[in-house]
Amino acid sequence: MPDPAILTPANEAELGDILASACADRRPVEVVGGGSKTGIGRPQRLAQKISTAQLAGVVDYDPAELVLTVRAGEPLAAIEALLAQSNQMLAFEPFDFGPIFGHAAGASTIGGVVAAGIAGSRRLSAGNVRDHVLGFTAVSGAGQSFKAGGRVVKNVTGYDVSKLMTGSWGRLAVMTQMTLKVMPRPRTTLTLALRGLSLAEGASALARALRSQADPAAAAFTPGSETPESKTPESKTPGSKTPGSEGLTVIRLEGSGPSIEARARLLGDLLADAGAVDRLDQGEAQRLWASVRDGSWLGQGASEGGSDDVLWRISAPLSAGGGVAEALAVLGGRSLLDWGGALVWALAPAGATSQIRSIAESAGGHAMMVRAPSAVRKLTPALHPETPGVTALSARVKAALDPHAILDPQRFREAAQ
Amino acid sequence: MTLKMPEPDAAVLARRADIVQAMRAILPDGVIEDLSSLRAYECDGLTAYRQPPMVVVLPETTAQVAAILRYCSANRIRVVPRGAGTSLSGGALPLADGVLLGMARFNRVLAIDYDDRIAVVQPGVTNLAVSQAVEAEGFYYAPDPSSQIACSIGGNVAENSGGVHCLKYGLTTNNVLGVELVLIDGEVVRLGGRTLDAQGLDLLGLVVGSEGLLGVVTEVTVRILRKPEIARAVLLGFPIVASAGQCVADVISAGIIPAGMEMMDKPAIHAAEAFVHAGYPLDVEALLIVELDGPAAECAHLIDEVVAIASHNGATSQRTSASEAERLAMWAGRKAAFPAVGRITPDYYCMDGTIPRRRLTDVLTRMEGLSKQHGLAVANVFHAGDGNLHPLIMYDAGKPGELERAEEFGADILRLCVEVGGVLTGEHGVGVEKRDLMPIMFTEADLDCQQRLKCAFDPHGLLNPGKVFPVLHRCAELGRVHVHRGEVAHPELPRF
Repeated sequence: MPDPAILTPANEAELGDILASACADRRPVEVVGGGSKTGIGRPQRLAQKISTAQLAGVVDYDPAELVLTVRAGEPLAAIEALLAQSNQMLAFEPFDFGPIFGHAAGASTIGGVVAAGIAGSRRLSAGNVRDHVLGFTAVSGAGQSFKAGGRVVKNVTGYDVSKLMTGSWGRLAVMTQMTLKVMPRPRTTLTLALRGLSLAEGASALARALRSQADPAAAAFTPGSETPESKTPESKTPGSKTPGSEGLTVIRLEGSGPSIEARARLLGDLLADAGAVDRLDQGEAQRLWASVRDGSWLGQGASEGGSDDVLWRISAPLSAGGGVAEALAVLGGRSLLDWGGALVWALAPAGATSQIRSIAESAGGHAMMVRAPSAVRKLTPALHPETPGVTALSARVKAALDPHAILDPQRFREAAQ
Repeated sequence: MTLKMPEPDAAVLARRADIVQAMRAILPDGVIEDLSSLRAYECDGLTAYRQPPMVVVLPETTAQVAAILRYCSANRIRVVPRGAGTSLSGGALPLADGVLLGMARFNRVLAIDYDDRIAVVQPGVTNLAVSQAVEAEGFYYAPDPSSQIACSIGGNVAENSGGVHCLKYGLTTNNVLGVELVLIDGEVVRLGGRTLDAQGLDLLGLVVGSEGLLGVVTEVTVRILRKPEIARAVLLGFPIVASAGQCVADVISAGIIPAGMEMMDKPAIHAAEAFVHAGYPLDVEALLIVELDGPAAECAHLIDEVVAIASHNGATSQRTSASEAERLAMWAGRKAAFPAVGRITPDYYCMDGTIPRRRLTDVLTRMEGLSKQHGLAVANVFHAGDGNLHPLIMYDAGKPGELERAEEFGADILRLCVEVGGVLTGEHGVGVEKRDLMPIMFTEADLDCQQRLKCAFDPHGLLNPGKVFPVLHRCAELGRVHVHRGEVAHPELPRF
């Protein structure tokens, strides 16, 4: 049964009517796709929810063009299945927020994926979500339909508004359709692993691998369990809490067979002094990368009966992630490194908010608060604060497309003083 | 010349001496005002249009750029930013009442960090110089527009420049991590940084490719990549253009993303071969150059596959580079295609549309028809991997009416590109050249939204006016767009 509290426009014209009248009445609205990310940002925002569920469907897909045009409400899982039939994929490997918040994996819509703009492990080699959005149609916060970009991979006609929309969390306009660049799936994948390294050793091994010609598609460090003696047999499900009880430094190679072999040998020699370089079997590798992709190694949050630690996502320069994670460990934090060290996922005690933001900032990065108890979310904005100049410019850009600030104005703000 | 630029403001022209003096106060030795020197700046790579600027300023620090813009903003003086002046779309065409802000003195590489895999450079550094600065350590900067020895990184950011390798490695926007940007009121902001993603609105993504209309970039942080172990190219000749097009589609369908995949048609092949003697086959209708890079084992393996796909599509000639010299020779012809065509015609006009690859044969056939209709010959070079066409229309500017005919022919080609699902410009930018064609691709509502974004950065429309948008609305007018039931009146009506 559809939730009566949620408006579900059947087409772009209906969505335009809803937004135009919300604009006229200055009523805030919040757009919901699969709902996997609703736990991010300030709670209880009292906005009218609008679902994109009926704005679904594939508009055009020609595998030889490497381009897919799809409506915003189309489930990500359906898109990935469609692409897999032609041996293609969304190369940015979208991060799946569902499990972090106690939802099932795979609930996202493509609109939500683009609105959040957060890529998974392959960002290291394949680019971010933003790099794969070629064009879109949307309805602005004034109820005006518009489009930008195009349906071809190479296009500089007009401003690249697709980039601006990606990662804007629905605060500028409601996207109804988008064209994405897709890529062939790699023919072969091999994950190499070094076991039992410390965080510092793991970060250093990742850095050396990245500087080589091995061209890793993804590279991560997953921490071991806190009590090494409590080794448990590895779970066979992707939802397992940790990929294993020992720290794993993992490097994923993708490409044609002979190439993978050559690169694996190169890395085996290069990293020999750090320990034996194992080859993970396909099943183990898939479970490991799935747990990095959906954060399931992080465990559940307080509302699902898990930890009330705050979950942070910290983006730092490539060489700085290891240091950030070590500084967080001092505060009681526990971190996973992805993107070869440029991305830190960390669980840390709720009291450490301002220290964590300053650790990220002094490393040249920024920290996003992904999951936290409601009381923390009320007081602390989820997104890293920006400089006054950028804040003011962003506010003007938002006003350009959402003149009366009806599109989820509260989500990334602190509570009113 | 049919191009209409914004009317010069007589009041600004009357104050020219004061303005020059104010610029000298900011830049004691960076102001050019005598007419003969100003002429050096009267056009960029789109030489059909020329206009000496009111004054040229050549700052070398961010503080100077900020002071210049603050003054121009307060005094409502138009500003045209300029990098190396290689734009093919007239992006740096000066205004008679405008300050031309030349960024050539921002020519230093500020920092290179191999651990973070980035280089921080000033915008006047040439594209090639970035790669040269990191070459010794085995790194390079991926976007490689054909003008890379001359074009500047700042200009690349403004135009979101591509190059032959962007199919695999992306355009400028995919390789820039951060910029320092001076807004028209003199405020300096930093967008992005050294990280692989950013939070907040992606203003960096909006600024890259904004053609100098949103702000002036004074520092750029780019991603540098490890050089691949090896690059090899294969030259493939086809008796039928459609077979070459199918070969391109089949390579991609096979899951191969080459570093570059270029096509030339018969007139382009003959012109290039006569010019550089690259060893191209002359008895074919279409030539493909496919480059693979990566580990040696991967290249060897994938080249075999590409050759097999080409044979299956009826390729009549094939040659794989056995050495770096041979690979470069294969590219020499393609890279010299523009000047090579320049040798066989007094003038040529280079177009830049993108089409879905599957429409290639159809588009080339219809282009032949247009060529007859307009009475002008055309040669085609084509970034086949990403569907970016560069038809070179041959004409003689000395003959009355031929430039106009060439421009009409060009506009017809771009209309055709949009009609088949493509776009007006793949990498050269809109500038003044394609400005009046924008309504072919965008509705009034689409363009309004873009101009609203412009107003968020530049409320008085002082930065590079007359570029990109066919009709300049004042920001206050944009606030009054009438929307009824989510629709704008006559959204499909072309307006130019």
